[in-house]
Amino acid sequence: MKSRFVLALGGASYSLLPTIVAAQETADMSIDQKINDVIAPIINPFVGFIFSPLPGSEAIFGTAFPWIVLWLVVAACVFTIYFGFIQFRGFKHSIELVRGDYLDPKDAGEVTPFQALCTALSGTVGLGNIAGVGVAVYLGGPGATFWMILAGLLGMASKFTECILGVHYRNEYPDGTVSGGPMYYLSKGLSEKGKATTGKVLAVLFAICCIGGALGGGNMFQANQSAQQVATVIPFFAENGLIFGVIMAAVVAVVIIGGIKSIAKVTEKVVPFMAAIYVGSAMLIILLNIGAVGDAFSAIINGAFAPTAVAGGAVGALIQGFKRAAFSNEAGIGSASIAHSAVQTKHAATEGYVALLEPFIDTVVICTMTSLVITITGAWNPGDGVTGIALTAKAFESNFSGFNYVLALAALLFAFSTMISWSYYGLKAWTYLFGEGINKEMVFKVIFCIFIIIGASMNLGPVIDFSDAMIFTMAIFNVAGLYLLMPKVKEILRDYQNKLANGEFPKVK
Amino acid sequence: MSECFLVGIDSSDCSRRALNFACKRAKNAGAKLVVTYVIEWSPYTFNTPEENEQRHKRREEEITRAKTSVLGPALEQIRSAGVDAEGIVRHGNVADVLNGLAAEHDADLIIVGRIGESGLKSLLFGSVTSKLIQLSKVPVTVVP
Repeated sequence: MKSRFVLALGGASYSLLPTIVAAQETADMSIDQKINDVIAPIINPFVGFIFSPLPGSEAIFGTAFPWIVLWLVVAACVFTIYFGFIQFRGFKHSIELVRGDYLDPKDAGEVTPFQALCTALSGTVGLGNIAGVGVAVYLGGPGATFWMILAGLLGMASKFTECILGVHYRNEYPDGTVSGGPMYYLSKGLSEKGKATTGKVLAVLFAICCIGGALGGGNMFQANQSAQQVATVIPFFAENGLIFGVIMAAVVAVVIIGGIKSIAKVTEKVVPFMAAIYVGSAMLIILLNIGAVGDAFSAIINGAFAPTAVAGGAVGALIQGFKRAAFSNEAGIGSASIAHSAVQTKHAATEGYVALLEPFIDTVVICTMTSLVITITGAWNPGDGVTGIALTAKAFESNFSGFNYVLALAALLFAFSTMISWSYYGLKAWTYLFGEGINKEMVFKVIFCIFIIIGASMNLGPVIDFSDAMIFTMAIFNVAGLYLLMPKVKEILRDYQNKLANGEFPKVK
Repeated sequence: MSECFLVGIDSSDCSRRALNFACKRAKNAGAKLVVTYVIEWSPYTFNTPEENEQRHKRREEEITRAKTSVLGPALEQIRSAGVDAEGIVRHGNVADVLNGLAAEHDADLIIVGRIGESGLKSLLFGSVTSKLIQLSKVPVTVVP
């Protein structure tokens, strides 16, 4: 597949790369191309701005460092220090909460912390963990792994902050349902601080970008990528993306419009199973090559500080690692906060503790598995052009032949669960802007399904670039708000810690 | 101190027989009945965000439905027979919940109907009744 290799070259997208989408060659001027030609000049300046490198970074480090990545990493560092390394000090408490140690049996039947974690994870664990890591290792070498882990660990503090705020400032309706997320804490939280207008503006801008991101990165991009992955196994879909799109849209529609939960139930059981198969096979490969683990670790450590054959040296490795972590776990973007706000809890702080596990699982565990396999199997060969999912597939296939079938299935299911999650994020942003109501919600859901068909059947590279840019623009508004609201989070956290110490939330196990 | 029997019920015929049986025994022994309706639920399922959002509401609905349609009439029947009774609705695994409640209420006996399950399901997961029998620290009476 030609398109899979093109994937290597861009390197700077939300989960994978936008370039892949534009890769299928069309002989004549297709309708896709016409649309692209019209839209590209309008949206390119915005896309260029969001992903633009820091001034001078190319000259100094030899490789571009998008400022948005620095924005997210700096935020993660600030929250880490401000909350006193909560991701390490609170890790044990997070595990206890997820394990259900604090669940009163009388409250059984509510969403458990474990379920909240899984729901949020299904939105972030996706193609990026498989293919994106392939790109990072290809461009940044094994050393990128080190920086990716570091950025993942720091990102835990960002998730902690945004998810506590999400629950604290959510709207609760008389019928027991809730709506929450950055748009609510930006507007309500900042108005408490006497900055109502700033809050409102940030919230509306966030919501607009969230809708754009949901339709693009959370929808068209997923549809497009999974269509291409499935086409590597079932060639029929290579020429019939439209049919794939219609099937996919129908399945999503049945779940989000029809309310038929059984399909979601099936995928929800299969997705963690796929993740387990993926991580399990990665571990098996590591065990089979146990002798090479020492060398792999020294390659990762050496590569992090003094790499060879990597553009930009140590800084090049750092940039690739940071980028991958930021794009994969969505810490600071604000999306997970929407998912966590839906959960019933006795104290907002518990959601923060639960949420900080997400970047850990997504980046520190799953992404690291991928890059360890690539490093250990020696699949990484700088400059040979094998990158992205092709590199990951090559590494896995060196031990298990036929792994591309597993990857295709994983891609399909991960894309599906990501779409379901983002349809909810988009919907919440939509109802924030246009108000709650069954008809208004239905309009968004129908639009969402139509975009699946568009995403799977057309190669709208610039449009998808635009929506990727929108996802990262969410982070601009969200993080700005988080800085202003972090004293409030500290207050909530203190209150929780006091109550916990006073035995108000007794351990039941 | 008088004895306490724990009865697990649902809307089946079998469970009605179990309730009648328990009622008779309790009357004879002067025991108190703790009547429990368990709503099958697992803390480990995977939900969509929308399901999570509606979960609280659904839970309230489930509890109300259980109370009005099954538990309420059962309690009425027992009390009219002159037996002291308490009703509980809980979410969870039937065997685990009944076992936990038996300990919580210091029950001397658990009474359940034989729960009809398909062969495949009980083959895979074991039947609720047999799990309860294995877990329980007090005698279990299964009413056919």
